[in-house]
Amino acid sequence: MSTINPDVTALTAAANSLRQSKPHYGERVIRGLLLLAAVVSVLTTFGIVISLLIPSIEFFTEIPMGDFLFGTTWTPLFMNGEFGVLPLVSGTLVITGIAIIVAIPLGLGSAIYLSEYASLRVRKVLKPTLEVLAGIPTVVFGFFALEFLTQLILVKIFPGIEVFNALSAGIIMGIMIIPTIASLSEDAMAAVPSGLRDGAYALGSTKRQTAMKVVIPAALSGIVAAFVLGISRAIGETMIVTIAAGLQPQLTLNPLQGMQTMTSYIAAAGSGDLATGSIEYKSIFAVGLLLFILTFVMNVFSIRLVRRFRQVYQ
Amino acid sequence: MSTRQSLEDQTQSFSPQSLSGKGTPLRDRIFMWALFLALAVGVFTLAVLLIYVTVKGWPRLDLRLITNMPSVRDPENAGAQSALTGSIWVIAFTALIALPMGIMAALYLEEFARPNSKFQRFIEVNIQNLAAVPSIVYGILGLAVFARALALGQSVITASMTLALLVLPVIIISTREALRAVPRSIRDGSLALGATEWQTAYRQTLPAAIPGIATGTILALSRAIGEAAPLLLLGAVSFITFNPDGVLSNYTTMPIQIFNWTKESREEFQILAAATIVLLLVILLAMNFIAIWIRNRTQKRW
Repeated sequence: MSTINPDVTALTAAANSLRQSKPHYGERVIRGLLLLAAVVSVLTTFGIVISLLIPSIEFFTEIPMGDFLFGTTWTPLFMNGEFGVLPLVSGTLVITGIAIIVAIPLGLGSAIYLSEYASLRVRKVLKPTLEVLAGIPTVVFGFFALEFLTQLILVKIFPGIEVFNALSAGIIMGIMIIPTIASLSEDAMAAVPSGLRDGAYALGSTKRQTAMKVVIPAALSGIVAAFVLGISRAIGETMIVTIAAGLQPQLTLNPLQGMQTMTSYIAAAGSGDLATGSIEYKSIFAVGLLLFILTFVMNVFSIRLVRRFRQVYQ
Repeated sequence: MSTRQSLEDQTQSFSPQSLSGKGTPLRDRIFMWALFLALAVGVFTLAVLLIYVTVKGWPRLDLRLITNMPSVRDPENAGAQSALTGSIWVIAFTALIALPMGIMAALYLEEFARPNSKFQRFIEVNIQNLAAVPSIVYGILGLAVFARALALGQSVITASMTLALLVLPVIIISTREALRAVPRSIRDGSLALGATEWQTAYRQTLPAAIPGIATGTILALSRAIGEAAPLLLLGAVSFITFNPDGVLSNYTTMPIQIFNWTKESREEFQILAAATIVLLLVILLAMNFIAIWIRNRTQKRW
């Protein structure tokens, strides 16, 4: 590609020099407009950062950052409310933890099956089916978690379970991120050169040994990237937890209880009609900033890893 | 070391039998079935979900769902018309904003920017990051910038602009892939005939990439239709019993209406929520089929 490019530019330059009389001003205007559209994405990032930062800074002038980060009580709507974010963080982590326990084995297992075992015909049916899961709106998953999983299944297994609980939200969230983990891991495994597999088979390995000891190690950075992206998705997911996990901020590890997460606090507080300058209004942004930083770090890490495995095999 | 040892074990136990394919060790067969089971759980859950909402929503799956307005007092006859029209309004303007912007950005990155320049890399990484930002954070952006700073309030256009920013990365990424699939020779031929870069991009590359762009865009918009979280912050939760009549009108959307009904304790509302879910899923399914149909119909092999 890159060897052709200079020739083409040279040719265009030559063609242009044949009729110097008419410089293409319009061409430059259009180029500028297209550039502007590309810059919108950068502006969006700046917009997000600034709209999170300014109210957050105001928030931290009223509530010391230490109280926010390490406080264990979250009662923003009380008189003299407390703004310790740990209950929201623990809620997020418990539900994300359950989701990971569900999604990593199922997602990775699906990926290995699709990439190493499934015949072309089976693949052609199962892969799009799995992708349909990714297209289900999260509000539908939330409804399913509350109405089906909690009220028809979990109440029979755990009689003491609360109507709104972390377990149902976590399990359904895990199901939701299966396609994310499966399709990214499968991409990584598909990028492993078949020569490596052939080598393993030639040495007498079985399919399982080839998959576990050759393909997975070779695709590891891509698989880890898939996990990280899946976790970041789970942390940022809002509707499932808002519907199924309840809205009481509680510092607990018991998955049978209701919990509030960072996202469901933002959703609950933001859907009320809060006055612009109030401390409750600003708290949305402080929690949002924390959420953004957490997911941003994970996303950057995951993008780096994906780039690395692409460089190795392509 | 252990790898080597197990390979040696394998070599020793290697017999003509395993060449004939009958001697797959038990452990390997269990492994394969475990993998298949992992895949089956996802597919099975999807099937249960679809059957559950259809069965539950069945009593209310009739025309009243789209001819009647939501009601708190009369769940027996309530419908989701304002949510359906609200969704259509919001998505129409989301498409109007996001489509040209996404295609233009993709054209710039793919056809005009110097390949592998620092600037192109920067924008690329930025877009990848934006694609993974939680949707509720876009809601915060929309609340702070569009609803309050620009004073557009809880309106259709606030929702559309926010959702447009949300789907923009997806549209840019899929449009770039579609442009990349157009072979270099088409561009070279056009340039060799004296066309300018823009003429080449607009008259040759873009038309050739349209099926791919359409597929990617429809999928991105179907994501926007199902999106609820950012709209929670943008006023869609208020109880709306009228259709939007302009871009500054108040609105609600189908996912938000489902959410509102889910919060009600009476069983009739849960049935209504399930029926609306079926309607939403049918719309999404239709969009996906159109996307796949376009892809299959116009797939060109260069």
